[in-house]
Amino acid sequence: MAEVFFFLAAIGAIGGAAGTVMLRDAFYSVLALVTHLIFLAMLFLLLRAEFVAAAQVIVYAGAVMVLYVFVVGYVGGLEAGLAGRSGPALRVISVLFALVLFVELAIALIGTGLEALDSEGAPYVPGFGEPSRIGELFLTDYLVAFEVASLLLLVAAVGAVILARRRTGLADPREVSVTEFMKRDEVTKGEGETGTMIEAGGPRDI
Amino acid sequence: MDLIWYLIVSALIFCIGAGGVLTRRNPLVVLLCLELMLNAANLALVAFARAHGDMGGQIFALMVMVVAACEVAVGLGLVVAIYRRRLPIDVDELRELQG
Repeated sequence: MAEVFFFLAAIGAIGGAAGTVMLRDAFYSVLALVTHLIFLAMLFLLLRAEFVAAAQVIVYAGAVMVLYVFVVGYVGGLEAGLAGRSGPALRVISVLFALVLFVELAIALIGTGLEALDSEGAPYVPGFGEPSRIGELFLTDYLVAFEVASLLLLVAAVGAVILARRRTGLADPREVSVTEFMKRDEVTKGEGETGTMIEAGGPRDI
Repeated sequence: MDLIWYLIVSALIFCIGAGGVLTRRNPLVVLLCLELMLNAANLALVAFARAHGDMGGQIFALMVMVVAACEVAVGLGLVVAIYRRRLPIDVDELRELQG
């Protein structure tokens, strides 16, 4: 029975991954990733990682993907040319690189001497992967990692707000470069030839 | 089910993600493909946690999720900032920092 579920989940996860890469519309890519994440949670369940599977569905497929959907909705349909991929030569090289990487990883996995990989894993201990055990570990053995993760989340949240905030004070949002602005004719025109100190001295009347 | 199968699925998903990162030009999709790669690593970590009967691998997978959430927040903030400034949303065009 576990085999059936494994192949179902594996095919779903790989199909979702392929859909994410291949679909042209970014919105459909996000939806394909959501299906991928849900099937991956099923694989986690088969590996007896109940809490990780629950966190995967709630945090990833829930919260993070909602963020993606909002941003795709905000940025909108994007230009048509962007939906495509890079030039054909680069695409061939990239696909070749991915294939070589997979062959290398498969050789490493199949040639490995780890006996545990040819079994179902260590004997099951009651409580393995349960939230209570995870919480216990987080507050004892992995306390530093836990606290650093909270700090990292805070920094990322503040950073995201600062990056995406609305800038005020610029009439035209395109005016982001001071040097570009100084080079414009209406700023530097007037007395003096081009290349004089007056031009270098900056704007005359703003 | 032998654990080697989980690792092979993980390797396959990782390579699909790597191919996507290299071929796609939309930064949103590049971020999605990065997520794929991180998830493949998560699957390998959870499989090894099962192989050893040690839950440290699952803790590591949860940490990877935290880092991925941070990466998404900052990455999407960058995409929104690029969009606000009317710059081209194309990773091939955004090469101002290229040396």
